[in-house]
Amino acid sequence: MSLPGHDCDNCPAGAHLERMGIRLEKFDRLVALAGNPNTGKSSVFNSLTGLKQHVGNWPGKTVARAEGGFAFNGIRYKLVDLPGTYSLLSASQDEEISRNFLLFGRPDCTIVVVDATALERNLNLVLQVLEITSKVVVCVNLMDEARRKGLEVDVRSLARDLGVPAVGAIARTGEGLSELIQTVAGVIAGEIATRPLRPKHPAEIEEAIGELAPMIEAAVPGVPNARWIAYRLLDGDHRMRQALSTGELAELVKAEGAPVEAAQSKLISLQGRQ
Amino acid sequence: MTGLREVIVKADMLRDGLAPDFRDQMVENLYLEADRISSRAVKQAGDAKWDLDQRVDRLVTSPLFGLPLMVLLMTAVFWLTIVGANIPSQMLATALFWVEARGADLFQSFGSPWWLTGFLWNGVWRGLAWVISVMLPPMAIFFPVFTILEDLGYLPRVAFNMDWLFRRAGAHGKQALSMAMGFGCNAAGVIATRVIDSPRERLIAILTNNFVPCNGRFPTLIMLATIFVAAQFPPLFASIAAAGAVAGIVLLGIGFTLVVSAVLSRTLLQGEASAFTLELPPYRRPSVLRILYTSLIDRTLFVLWRAMLTAAPAGAVIWILANIHVSGASLARHIADFFQPFGYLLGLDGVILLAYVIAIPANEIVVPTMLMMYLGAGSMSEMESFDEIRKVLVDQNGWTLLTAVNLMLFSLLHNPCATTILTIWKETRSGKWTAIGALMPLAIAFGVTFLVAQVVRLW
Repeated sequence: MSLPGHDCDNCPAGAHLERMGIRLEKFDRLVALAGNPNTGKSSVFNSLTGLKQHVGNWPGKTVARAEGGFAFNGIRYKLVDLPGTYSLLSASQDEEISRNFLLFGRPDCTIVVVDATALERNLNLVLQVLEITSKVVVCVNLMDEARRKGLEVDVRSLARDLGVPAVGAIARTGEGLSELIQTVAGVIAGEIATRPLRPKHPAEIEEAIGELAPMIEAAVPGVPNARWIAYRLLDGDHRMRQALSTGELAELVKAEGAPVEAAQSKLISLQGRQ
Repeated sequence: MTGLREVIVKADMLRDGLAPDFRDQMVENLYLEADRISSRAVKQAGDAKWDLDQRVDRLVTSPLFGLPLMVLLMTAVFWLTIVGANIPSQMLATALFWVEARGADLFQSFGSPWWLTGFLWNGVWRGLAWVISVMLPPMAIFFPVFTILEDLGYLPRVAFNMDWLFRRAGAHGKQALSMAMGFGCNAAGVIATRVIDSPRERLIAILTNNFVPCNGRFPTLIMLATIFVAAQFPPLFASIAAAGAVAGIVLLGIGFTLVVSAVLSRTLLQGEASAFTLELPPYRRPSVLRILYTSLIDRTLFVLWRAMLTAAPAGAVIWILANIHVSGASLARHIADFFQPFGYLLGLDGVILLAYVIAIPANEIVVPTMLMMYLGAGSMSEMESFDEIRKVLVDQNGWTLLTAVNLMLFSLLHNPCATTILTIWKETRSGKWTAIGALMPLAIAFGVTFLVAQVVRLW
C-alpha cells in the first residue's frame, strides 16, 4: 500500500506518520518494543499505532504480545509490544515471551523504553537486551515526571555510554516520538551505526563460550546468537537448557519470526480484554 | 552433526568447571555498569520537591490503615454501583419488556403461530432483556470506577498491603494482582498470573482466582443484596447495607483465596513463598477519554456482548423447557423437581440449580435464567420494580433470607465459567489441574452452602 495523497495535514509537520492499527497483512520492517513494567511502553505503542491497547498503571499489565502497525516515510513497520520485564535472565513466562521474540523473532530494531525517573534500575534490562541484539534505540520516557522530581537526564551521555541512540520522550503527549521513529528508521537503514556496550566476561567464561557456541550452531543450524545461548547455558539457565534438549529451540529457529505466541495474544483479545 | 545431548552434557561440564560465584559476579557486574552509566547521565537539579506521592503512600500502604482503607474504598465503589444502577436498571427493564409485549402483539396480528411468537419474544428476546437490564447499568458504573483506580496506580498498593497475607499462605505476593484482575474477568485473571515466576505459586494463583467474583457474578450479588439484605434495613441505610453485604461477600472470597492457597501450598503444591520486588509506580492522573474507552467499549460492551450471545440461546432453551409439557407439567418443572431435594440440602432449590446448569457457559446469566423460570413463560412479562421481584420470590417460591445468602455464597464459590476453565487448560496444558480448577470450587461451594443450611435450620 503506497501513500500518495495521504492527508499529511493531520500529521505534525515533517513527520510522515500514518497509524495503521492492526492492518498488518504486509509490512517492511519489524520493530520490537521492550522495557521494564510500567514505563509507558503501551503508551508508546498506542501513540505510534493509533491502537487503544489498555494502559494500566501497574507492573505486569501486559503479559502477552500485542501487535500493531504504522507507516513512516512510505515504509511500513510492524510494532510488537512485548510484556514488560525487569530482566531477561530468570524465566517467568512473560520474560520468556520477550526473550524468545528478541532472539528468534529477529526484529529489525528494538526500542527499549526506560523510565527517566528510575534510570539505574531500567538500565539492567537495556544492558541485557544489548547482549542479544545490537540494533537498539533507547527511548527515555516520562521525562516530564523526572523534571517534576528535579531530575535532569542527559540523554546524550546515556547514548554515548551505551553505544546506541537514546531519545527523550513523553509518550502520553506524543512528545519525542517522531524523533524516536526517525532514529529507528536511521538505525535500520544503517545510517546510524550502533556499537552496543557489552561488558567483557572474565577470560575463563569467554573461553567456555568459545568452546560451546560452535557446538550449538552445529546442533541447531541457523540459530541466532549462539554465543548468548551458550552464556545462558553456562549460567545454568534452566529454561534454556530445557528448550535446547526438547528441540523447542530448533522449532523456534524454524518458525523464524512466525508469531511464537500468536495464539495467546489472540486469546487475550478474545477474553478479558485487558 | 552434533547432537543436542552432547551440547547439554558439554555445557553442564563446562559450568561445573567455572568458579562457583560466577553467576553472582555476572549479576554484580551488570549492576555496577548500570550504576556507572546512570550516575553520569542523571543529575539531581536542586532539592527534590515536596513529594505528595510519598505522603499518600505512607497512608495508603500503612500497616495500620492500609487494609481498612482498602475495604472502605471497595465498599464505596459497590455503594456507587448499587445506588447508581438501581433506577437505570428498572427503566431498561420497563422499556425492553414493553418492546416484548408490542413485538408479541405484532407477531400475533400477523397470525404467526403461538410457538413462534413465544419462542422468539418470550424466549430469546426476554433472555436478552433480562441480561441487559440486570447487567448493563452496574457494569457501566463499576468498570469506569475500577479503571480509574487502576490507572491511578492503586493496584500495586493493594498487592503491597496484602503481601504478608499471601506469604503466610505460602503463595506469591503478586497473586494480589491477578486476583484484582479477576474482579474484571476470571479468565483475564488466570492469564494475568503469568507475572508469577514460580510454577508452583502460579498454579495456586490460577486455581484460586475463581474465588473473587467476576463482573459476571457481581450483578447476581448486587441484585440479591439490593432485594434481600437492603430490605431488612430502613430506607436510609438500605443502599449502604447492600454495599456492605457485597463487600462482605468479596472479603469472604478473598478469605477463601487465602485459606485455599494455604491448604494447597501445604498439600498438593508444597513449597516456600518466593521473594520478589514490587514497584510502587508514581500516581498518575487518569486520562478521562481513555478510561471511558477502555471501560465502556473494551470492558462493558465486550462483556455484555458475550452475555447476550449466551443469553439468547439460554432464553430459547428455557422457553422450550417451560412449554413442552409431559404428564401434566412442563419439562422445566420436572427437572427442577428432580433437583429439588438436593437443592434443599444446600439451602437452595431445584430451580436455582437448574439455572446454574443452564448457565454453565457464562455465569452472568444465572439470575436472568432463574427469574425466567420462576416467572414462567408468558405469565408475567413486565417487572415493575425490584421489590416486585422480591415478592414473587418470597411469596410464590418460598425464598427466605437463607436462600438469598446461600445463593450469594454459591455464586461466589462455585465452579468457574466455561471460558475460564478453557483458559486454565490453555495456561496449564494439564487435564489434572484443569479438572481440579473446575471441581475444587464446586465441591467447596456444595460443602459451604450445605453447612450453612444445616446450621441455620438447626437453630
